[in-house]
Amino acid sequence: MATLEIKDLHVQVQTEDGPKEILKGVNLTIKDGETHAIMGPNGSGKSTLAYSIAGHPKYEVTSGSVTLDGVDVLAMTVDERARAGLFLAMQYPVEVPGVSVSNFLRTAKTAIDGEAPKLRTWVKDVNAAMDRVKMDNAFATRNVNEGFSGGEKKRHEIVQLELLDPKVAVLDETDSGLDIDALKIVSEGVNRFKENGDKGVLLITHYTRILRYIKPDFVHVFVNGQVAEEGGPELADELEANGYDRFVSAAV
Amino acid sequence: MTAEVLENALEVEKVESHLHPEGSFDLADHPVPVGTEEIWRFTPLKRLRGLHADAALDGDAFKVEVDLPEGVTGTSVAVADSARGASGLVPTDRVSARAWDATTSVFEVTIPEEFTGDQPATLHLIGTGVEVASAGHLLVRAGKFSRSTVVVEYTGSATWAENVEIVVEDGADLTFVTLHDWADDAVHLVSQHARVGRDATLKHVAISFGGDVVRSDTSAEYAGPGGSVEALGLYFADEGQHIEHRLFVDHTAPKTKSHVVYKGALQGEGAHAVWIGNVLIRKVAEGIETYEENRNLVLTDGCQADSVPNLEIETGEIEGAGHASATGRFDDEQLFYLRSRGIAEAEARRLVVHGFFNDLIRKIDVPSLEEKLTATVEAELAKNVLKAL
Repeated sequence: MATLEIKDLHVQVQTEDGPKEILKGVNLTIKDGETHAIMGPNGSGKSTLAYSIAGHPKYEVTSGSVTLDGVDVLAMTVDERARAGLFLAMQYPVEVPGVSVSNFLRTAKTAIDGEAPKLRTWVKDVNAAMDRVKMDNAFATRNVNEGFSGGEKKRHEIVQLELLDPKVAVLDETDSGLDIDALKIVSEGVNRFKENGDKGVLLITHYTRILRYIKPDFVHVFVNGQVAEEGGPELADELEANGYDRFVSAAV
Repeated sequence: MTAEVLENALEVEKVESHLHPEGSFDLADHPVPVGTEEIWRFTPLKRLRGLHADAALDGDAFKVEVDLPEGVTGTSVAVADSARGASGLVPTDRVSARAWDATTSVFEVTIPEEFTGDQPATLHLIGTGVEVASAGHLLVRAGKFSRSTVVVEYTGSATWAENVEIVVEDGADLTFVTLHDWADDAVHLVSQHARVGRDATLKHVAISFGGDVVRSDTSAEYAGPGGSVEALGLYFADEGQHIEHRLFVDHTAPKTKSHVVYKGALQGEGAHAVWIGNVLIRKVAEGIETYEENRNLVLTDGCQADSVPNLEIETGEIEGAGHASATGRFDDEQLFYLRSRGIAEAEARRLVVHGFFNDLIRKIDVPSLEEKLTATVEAELAKNVLKAL
């Protein structure tokens, strides 16, 4: 059982010209077993939504609510949100010098589970998760994301997704910058995660091509900080054919 | 400017700068500093207990424990019978000159030619009081083609002025480590000078955690082409602590290399770290390569880090020369990334600080020290960063 419910969410950021509102009343409910795609042009606020759910300090929630199974997410710290079952796969994963992937993964897993994973099975689990996304096991000894290519960083995000096994995964433009092989590998990872049971997926993307590999149940078109239109997978097909023009001009 | 004037300007044999220190054994050449001098402007003179002025240096409030691998010798030798000066050390400041004058014996560590050993030679200097000031002189000689590690560890309380000479003979490979793990009230001023032979390698490591004031002045020159110096430093300046590292690499021979990396963390009111990275590339030093880097991680309010790299180049015929310096707080994006994976804030900060030092500890590559360094970083973190846990 997992339901992520976003109600009338307003979010602003500080700019040189004062506060600027980016999200202007977002409503969205993701139930377990559902995959929602959020699509929209650049600057529509898609990534802001992802980071606001995860609790990035740059984004200030001015009104509205986000709850996970009825519990107030906005009252939680960043790490509490992750331990409550939220996961954000980032568009630009951060490099952490001097911290090995293996140490990072074990520390994160320990934090999420509340106890250290059993050493023997854990190493096996990590290696298997890396194998599944065709990441060399040698990456375990490298520093987190340091010197990784764009595709390697995204695979590393999927390894984390599979090992940390959250309730709801938010994938922020995980498809950007990937070639077709990497896109398939990453998509397969997300699909495996979904098959694990009652998982919610919020897939944020600019392009429709990832939706060929990850089938959404719902598609939301995001324009100017709001959901402009909602529908089923057929809405993605329309966007592929016609682009965002209809929505952008309607919003102006 | 006429062409002739320009030419003359470029052909000046001697440039007036503190990168050309004129050493002297005569104390009269080193007046008592007042604090405005370039080499003293960062140092809190009032806390030196007169080491820089006229305090007697005849104390004996210390003991020395020595643990040497077989083949390496370590003995205290009367100055008259010693090889003092073998590195070419000439005092460049008053404390060094005074220590030179006051010393009656030299502790000589000698690594024989072609010696090879994994077990480090360790000298442990334990201070037993701060009331009297003492002076010391250490001379380490690594014989031709030897390969060895020498660790000097300082603990306890002391008011200590010291000269250290390091001679790395042709083809030798020496790792020389100083570990300043002093008690909170120690004052230690040390001048180190290294002479690096032809095709010789010196890895010089300075680790500074303890003490009230620790000022370490390290210079290196090359006795022949092909020599290499890697200088690594790791420090943690706590509340009220002054930790100063001054480095001077004098590229006196062609095809030589120097690589300096110093990393430090600061925490607590009045924590002060100073790093001076001076490099001089002499006209004769063609084909050399040098890089200097200093990074400071500021963990709390109220700290100050001064970081000054200087590079003076007398020949353009070199492989490369560069430097970098950065002082910053925690990277918010790194912390967000770690926390978004469930890792609590204090733990995330701990990971980032360990990460900051880890690459350096790996480079130091003295297995017997590695665990101790990681543990010390952990203990330092417990003072502020992990308080929230």
